Amino acid sequence: MDDFDVRGLVQPMRVALQVTCINDALYPDTGRNVVRLLRRLGVDVEFPAAQTCCGQPMVNTGYINEAVPVLRTFVDAFAGYDAVVTPSGSCAGSVRHQHAIVSARAGDPLLAERSADLAPRVFELSEFIVDVLGVIDVGAWFPHTVAYHPTCHSLRMLGVGDRPTKLLEAVEGLTLLPLSEAEECCGFGGTFAVKNAGTSVAIGEDKVRNVLATGADVLVAGDRSCLTHIGGLLDRQRSGVRVMHLADVLAQTRPPGGGRR
Amino acid sequence: MSARADIIGDVRRALAGAPPAPVIERNYLAPSTASTGEVIERFIERVADYQAVVERCDANEVAKRIARAIPQEGAVVVPAGLSWQVPGAVEDTGLSARELDAVHAVVTAATAGIAETGTILLQHGEAEGRRALSLVPDLHVCVIREDQIFAGVPEVMSQLDPRRPTTWISGPSATSDIELIRVEGVHGPRTLHVIVVGT
Amino acid sequence: MTGTFVGMPAFPAAARDALDNAQLRANLDHATSTIRAKRAAVVGELEQWEALRIAGAAIKDDVLLRLDDHLLTLESALQDAGAVVHWARDAAEACRIVAEVARAHEADEVVKVKSMVTQEIGLNEALAAEGIAAWETDLAELIVQLGDDLPSHILVPAIHRNRSEVREIFLREMPDAPPGLTDDPARLAEAARMHLREKFLRAKVAVSGANFAVAETGTLVVVESEGNGRMCLTLPDVLVSVVGIEKVVPSWRDLEVFLQLLPRSSTGERMNPYTSTWSGVTAGDGPQEVHVVLLDNGRTRALADEIGRQALRCIRCSACLNACPVYERVGGHAYGSVYPGPIGAILNPLLRGVGSSDQVDSLPYASTLCGACYEVCPVLIDIPSVLVNLRAQVVDAHRSGLPKAEAVAMKTARATLSSSWRLALAERFTRIGLGAARRFGASAWTRSRDLPEAPQESFRKWWRRTGGRP
Ligand code: SF4
Repeated sequence: MDDFDVRGLVQPMRVALQVTCINDALYPDTGRNVVRLLRRLGVDVEFPAAQTCCGQPMVNTGYINEAVPVLRTFVDAFAGYDAVVTPSGSCAGSVRHQHAIVSARAGDPLLAERSADLAPRVFELSEFIVDVLGVIDVGAWFPHTVAYHPTCHSLRMLGVGDRPTKLLEAVEGLTLLPLSEAEECCGFGGTFAVKNAGTSVAIGEDKVRNVLATGADVLVAGDRSCLTHIGGLLDRQRSGVRVMHLADVLAQTRPPGGGRR
Repeated sequence: MSARADIIGDVRRALAGAPPAPVIERNYLAPSTASTGEVIERFIERVADYQAVVERCDANEVAKRIARAIPQEGAVVVPAGLSWQVPGAVEDTGLSARELDAVHAVVTAATAGIAETGTILLQHGEAEGRRALSLVPDLHVCVIREDQIFAGVPEVMSQLDPRRPTTWISGPSATSDIELIRVEGVHGPRTLHVIVVGT
Repeated sequence: MTGTFVGMPAFPAAARDALDNAQLRANLDHATSTIRAKRAAVVGELEQWEALRIAGAAIKDDVLLRLDDHLLTLESALQDAGAVVHWARDAAEACRIVAEVARAHEADEVVKVKSMVTQEIGLNEALAAEGIAAWETDLAELIVQLGDDLPSHILVPAIHRNRSEVREIFLREMPDAPPGLTDDPARLAEAARMHLREKFLRAKVAVSGANFAVAETGTLVVVESEGNGRMCLTLPDVLVSVVGIEKVVPSWRDLEVFLQLLPRSSTGERMNPYTSTWSGVTAGDGPQEVHVVLLDNGRTRALADEIGRQALRCIRCSACLNACPVYERVGGHAYGSVYPGPIGAILNPLLRGVGSSDQVDSLPYASTLCGACYEVCPVLIDIPSVLVNLRAQVVDAHRSGLPKAEAVAMKTARATLSSSWRLALAERFTRIGLGAARRFGASAWTRSRDLPEAPQESFRKWWRRTGGRP
């Protein structure tokens, strides 16, 4: 892997990280792990400091007007890049499916054009690694049992398919355990988790039951928002199961000296 | 304003500025590669799947098979145009619903069949009888010729006259309304007996 | 007789009650998972399934986008076939028409085929007020009617009841129930057969809906399982069918698409036991007086919604209910309508109008936007997108009033998220915010879920400090 280097292409590719608002504020380690991983894969990822959020929290709550300036900020921050990588199926999905709605609402053809131009260059992390970099084995080492929750937006809105599990299966030392009813929603749903907290928790508890039944040490997903919900339930139950973002796992390498299997 | 004018007016207002209607692509029409024999066999297998009784015979055996299918005792009714003799059966002369309720079995022909779904279709002509006939008695014996069986739903549509009443029958009447457990036999015939006749 | 949905609490409150009912949740879990598995098996059998869905959606879009033409074609084809066509702007008008037909024949009772639309218009209650009894003849509807209950599923209205509850209802409410009735579903179905047979034989007037109405030929279609539909459509002298104006399909041949999509999506069967089609009056066969009531009742309102109009493609298969994680936990009653589940969450606001009540306005939020409904919908209704659009309408409808806490939060978020420096400033308070949430606990989030630990510094701050090179 080490000799793979996209900078060796004719035109150096400028790649930006859209870290997402939740990772920025609550899970900076996940953002750091994306940087570490991509650098290891030869991508000199940049962090455009002007970025904020994709606007999804507002759109999904019905505040589309409020999302218009957020979209402007998004487009301004990322327009100059060849590719934008985001460690979230949900945010990538929002870019591809909701930004057109927001710009239509704004009645701003220029914004619509710029965001339509940008959207196809925004990739969820596993899409970027598998499709753009053409890599499956990222050279990671993670000697644990893992269950993978596909998350609805990665699975259905974005259609990332088996890219994340392919990446996980290639990790040295990692044992991927099958999660039953994996494709079922975890019950998070953004503001649903608060507006309909009881239902959200009831759905989440079934997810937790299935996770615990795998016996895995770690639950992995490609979206920190779902993991906050599932992890919150797992922690409340003192289950001992950790939740980790896909990037957190893929960034791990065998420590100098070999490490313990 | 009449309700009719109001509704049509509201429809037109609702559609002001709407895009044109789409082109309908019928890419679902996959030509069937199954042989005639396979189609008949699939039909039989799928009718049986619904817990219907299904048997296959030659044309000269039909009368015998019918005689075996109907009960020893109890009244049997047949439509006027049925081409097979049914011993002891009365011909339908416009029996009332109550009179039909006292009848145990009915023997009818079919208009067509669908292999993919195990369905028989009645268009209620002379040989199939009017709708009530194949509904009220508890046993329905239906005789279908092999050349009346088509591979799938699209193939059968063009064989039907939309202006005739049509009944699509896939197995005996059934319900899954209690705990999703399938129970055969509610209001329609509780037993469906299909005789497939070679041609 | 049967309960009514009027005055139902908003979704979150109704859902809370449902979640507390362990029996209900067990019944729902069993029913939805059974039917999901059956559907998946028979859908998997058809290679051309996706092509069928695309065709189904296109045919229905053609219907909706030229609805005026199709309705006029349908009207004249029905009249040519000997049917009397009525038009009803709303529920009251439709109920009045049905009652007048019944009265003209001096009928004090009608037998009914299970139909969503007659429930939508509250026909049974309206007829009762006129002294006309309406007998539901579908087994599940009968259970609901005898139990003075509300339907909770489009296809299996008594999905919330298990066999022993059904037995109790029958023994209590059915005078002719066999004394030794057990809770075996076959025995229960038999009891219903005996109970209803006499009603079928004596009924003069029947009322139905229709799954489809073929414009070109004036053919109505009823898809069913038990044969109660055939009884109603065949034995009485007079038949009144109430048909939503969106039920039109252009031509006879279009049925080949829907009669493949519907049974597989709905009951998970290759074909339902019985489908009846009829065009007006057939001499010597079935009802000799046939009425068709074409009903608007909010459909033209829904049609005017550019994004929402796709909801009118719905063929009421209920696959979206069975696939929905929210429906599976709370059941149908929480939606406060005969149309529950994901389709109900969009159809009710579209038919009744956003802003018409708090209950209606709560429905677009009754979803995690997981997209499972869209994935199974046989006519490709993008329910998540319609939900999001309706949420925006709900927000807009409330913009003028006193701002809710949520609106204030969103305005603040708008300001914060429009500029990175304001966001950086706000992030300094992450720790304080999370700490406060944890200390004051018992919020909607923390009642059952822990909150994450706040990090020492935000990602943005780390990048500024290190340039991304640790
Ligand atoms: S919205 Fe789609 S899936 Fe749901 S009931 Fe209607 S047709 Fe079926």
